[in-house]
Amino acid sequence: MEKILEVKDLKVSFHVYGGEVQAVRGVSFDLFKGETLAIVGESGSGKSVLNQTIMKLIPMPPGKITGGQILFHGEDIVHKSDKEMEKIRGKDISMIFQDPMTSLNPTMKVGHQIMEVLHKHQNMKSSQAKERAIELLRLVGIPMPEKRVNQYPHEFSGGMRQRAMIAIALAANPSLLIADEPTTALDVTIQAQILELMKDLQKKMDTSIIFITHDLGVVANVADRVAVMYAGQIVEIGTVDEIFYDPRHPYTWGLLASMPSLDSDHKAELAAIPGTPPDLTNPPKGDAFAPRNQYALAIDFEQEPPMFQVSETHFAKTWLLHPDAPKVEPPEAVKLKMRKLSSTFEKPILVKEGK
Amino acid sequence: MVKYISKRLLYMVLSLFLIITATFFLMRIAPGNPFTSEKKLPPEIEASLNAHYGLNKPWYAQYGDYLVRIAQWDFGPSFKYESRTVNDLINDGFPVSLALGAEAILFAVAIGILLGVIAALRHNKWQDYTAMIIAVFGISVPSFIMATFLQYIFAIKLGLLPVARWDNFSNTILPALALGATPMAFIARLTRSSMLEVLSNDYIKTAKAKGLSRGAMIMKHTIRNALMPVVSYMGPLSAGIITGSFVIEKIFGIPGLGSHFVLSISNRDYTVIMGVTVFYSILLLVSILLVDIAYGLIDPRIKLAGGKKGE
Amino acid sequence: MEQIAKEKFQVVGAKASDAEKISKPSLSFWKDVRIRFRKNKLAMFGIIILILLIIMAIFGPYMTKFDYATNDLMNTNKEPSGTHWFGTDDLGRDMFARTWQGARISLLIGVMAALIDFVIGVTWGGIAGFKGGRVDEFMMRIADILYGVPYLLLVILFMVVLGANLTTMILAMTITGWINMARIVRGEVLSLKNQEYVLAAKTLGASVTRIMARHLIPNAMGSILVTMTLTIPNAIFTEAFLSFLGLGLTPPLASWGTMANDGLAAIQYYPWRLFFPAVLIALTIFAFNVIGDGLRDALDPRLRNKE
Repeated sequence: MEKILEVKDLKVSFHVYGGEVQAVRGVSFDLFKGETLAIVGESGSGKSVLNQTIMKLIPMPPGKITGGQILFHGEDIVHKSDKEMEKIRGKDISMIFQDPMTSLNPTMKVGHQIMEVLHKHQNMKSSQAKERAIELLRLVGIPMPEKRVNQYPHEFSGGMRQRAMIAIALAANPSLLIADEPTTALDVTIQAQILELMKDLQKKMDTSIIFITHDLGVVANVADRVAVMYAGQIVEIGTVDEIFYDPRHPYTWGLLASMPSLDSDHKAELAAIPGTPPDLTNPPKGDAFAPRNQYALAIDFEQEPPMFQVSETHFAKTWLLHPDAPKVEPPEAVKLKMRKLSSTFEKPILVKEGK
Repeated sequence: MVKYISKRLLYMVLSLFLIITATFFLMRIAPGNPFTSEKKLPPEIEASLNAHYGLNKPWYAQYGDYLVRIAQWDFGPSFKYESRTVNDLINDGFPVSLALGAEAILFAVAIGILLGVIAALRHNKWQDYTAMIIAVFGISVPSFIMATFLQYIFAIKLGLLPVARWDNFSNTILPALALGATPMAFIARLTRSSMLEVLSNDYIKTAKAKGLSRGAMIMKHTIRNALMPVVSYMGPLSAGIITGSFVIEKIFGIPGLGSHFVLSISNRDYTVIMGVTVFYSILLLVSILLVDIAYGLIDPRIKLAGGKKGE
Repeated sequence: MEQIAKEKFQVVGAKASDAEKISKPSLSFWKDVRIRFRKNKLAMFGIIILILLIIMAIFGPYMTKFDYATNDLMNTNKEPSGTHWFGTDDLGRDMFARTWQGARISLLIGVMAALIDFVIGVTWGGIAGFKGGRVDEFMMRIADILYGVPYLLLVILFMVVLGANLTTMILAMTITGWINMARIVRGEVLSLKNQEYVLAAKTLGASVTRIMARHLIPNAMGSILVTMTLTIPNAIFTEAFLSFLGLGLTPPLASWGTMANDGLAAIQYYPWRLFFPAVLIALTIFAFNVIGDGLRDALDPRLRNKE
């Protein structure tokens, strides 16, 4: 499979009054063609910063990429200038934002906002661009696109606007689409429609998607693989099955245990993860999750855990996978769903030394 | 749209009616006014006043006549000078005032927007601070003081520009600067704050994510939206320019309607004060209405048909 | 791989005490406002200027042996010197004494105009907002129509007719000046009156006056205060403007406006006669403006960058 994106040990900081916030602390992952990777985490985990960094949309300064590489089609974009990025943004990588009510320009016709992309990246003439815009609106399921193309965003409902945003994002056939919580601000029924639409379009256009969310329920629906982020790091990454049925990191357990499920004839209580994420101006020593982790080992407070590989596709960053670590029981709700997956290695393999 | 405009027109006419009525009755109670019986006027003026207001008729007839005359665009004669009517003064002075006002507005809008945009794009940098210091200065110094200092420095001390009179373009520079300085400062602050607000909007991020260049993003998505509040400031701006012109024209000896008005105030030329006030009020109300309609046309979010609430 | 001691791999669990710490003490709203206001250097500078102005307005006239109204025809148009600190005017009156006497008048006009606007505006806007419905519609229509009347023109008209003195000037300024305040108060009351705590007070049988005085006005106080702060420089400007049109106070009374107007005529030869009142007018307007801006920013941090 063709690799679209390769992020290697990426570090992003923000200089703010009183210090440097390390928002992304050494993140690595790959993304393949046509694949959907979900990035899950609490607010403040750095997932949005990570993805805006991939498009270099973070304001610099105060933001700064302090290390690592972002290889897009094998080319490192970390050192690309703003001018060079303009050719990539909207054309090869595009983005959908959380709140469709505010992400469209209220004083510009929806059609024009789509046509802008076509003018910029496909050198289309106005009449041609307009036709394409109508086509795109039809593609994203907006009825009467000939009429809608001349309307302003306030004449659209929330779901419609998000569809229009998707049309803008897909206008130039990007190879990578980053969706930053695209359904969070929508009604539940609309959410399902938008997710359905995105899956459908992905099949048609063979786009890779990075799907940022804090909602694990959404993840199961759309993703091929899942990365769990905590305090600016990926703590566990694997296929959907691996994350849902064989999670290894206590933070992932916590997330799964706090997710309500419909098929619960068992009376597993919803368990909240106590506490709040750490202050990333001064990341704690050792494992950032340790202070909230009921399974924390003594070593967690001293030394950052390395990444262990559990299967060909499954990695987790926890000392619990160390050969010397005691066997601990995951929470009830997680244990109930645990399955033995055939691809799992006999023993976790250490892949990266912790720092 | 039609409903909105007719509603606004109705309020405008009511406001105007209120102004005309207030001026008429205020003038009647003013000491030494032309409407009292024990006046000692030159016969020509008395004749002209009589013809116009019907001074021998009862007050309500005079009032009715006055309303009718205004509706016919007839603002009446002067109380102090024979053979001069307010219409003469307006025809004579208003073009001059209009030219001065237009130049001042142009200056205020162009420089104000420029300063505001620069300040917002260089937020918290020296350009921002400089622009805002200029703006605070412009707001704090009243126009007549600004005018006097400009005149003192550039005309009297440095001799770069003419002190007064109204002959060619160089005569217009200092007065237009003095007249436009305060509105310029307001527009600069307004533009800056509204630019900053727009720049923090999500749709700016969308525009960036589309791959638009910074220039295109600012031109297409930022400035247009940021200028909406500036458009709605045009109403108060015209009021400021009109009242500002009174003092500026006096200081620079410009033969505009403002000077005539100020002269009529010091002469207590009541009928002229009354007529010019009504004229200015009509002018202002019409320009505010035009600005509001223009605003409704520019901003697609406002549906004029429904009418704006609380505006 | 480096060797790690076995005992390190013991479950010790979460250390909740570290995880949940409230690092900031909670602040009351006005305390928070005060702290934010103090951080605003420009606004604090405005406060200092204002305090100095007030001190000088109170004590200034007593600091010199000259009286502000006494003519001294032997010493007309003297330059600022050791005897006459700000010089003298065309009748030989001491400019220092006149300047601070003028400060009293100008500040008095500003404060009185703001207070009257406050009383009328809060009553009108409060009733309209609280009663709502027809009453609101009717009261705000009146305000709308009055609002269409050009402010300065009306003030001029009143001054022409009623004659120039302190009372008529303040009166003229407040004839339509209160409308802005009324609109703001109405808006605030409209949005506040349906909040739970007001409804709770209503269900408990509190009277309208009590609800207004105890719940609505205090919560609208922020916007009211900002509006008042910005009314004062406007009134000071209007006074100067009227003086300039010859509609100001009559001598020997001094206001900054009349002094500036007198000074304008003589600017070529005796520039200091314009300089002191003009600079003080500008300084005062500046001080009130930055204080008003600072207050607004402090009251609503979301508006930090507004104007």
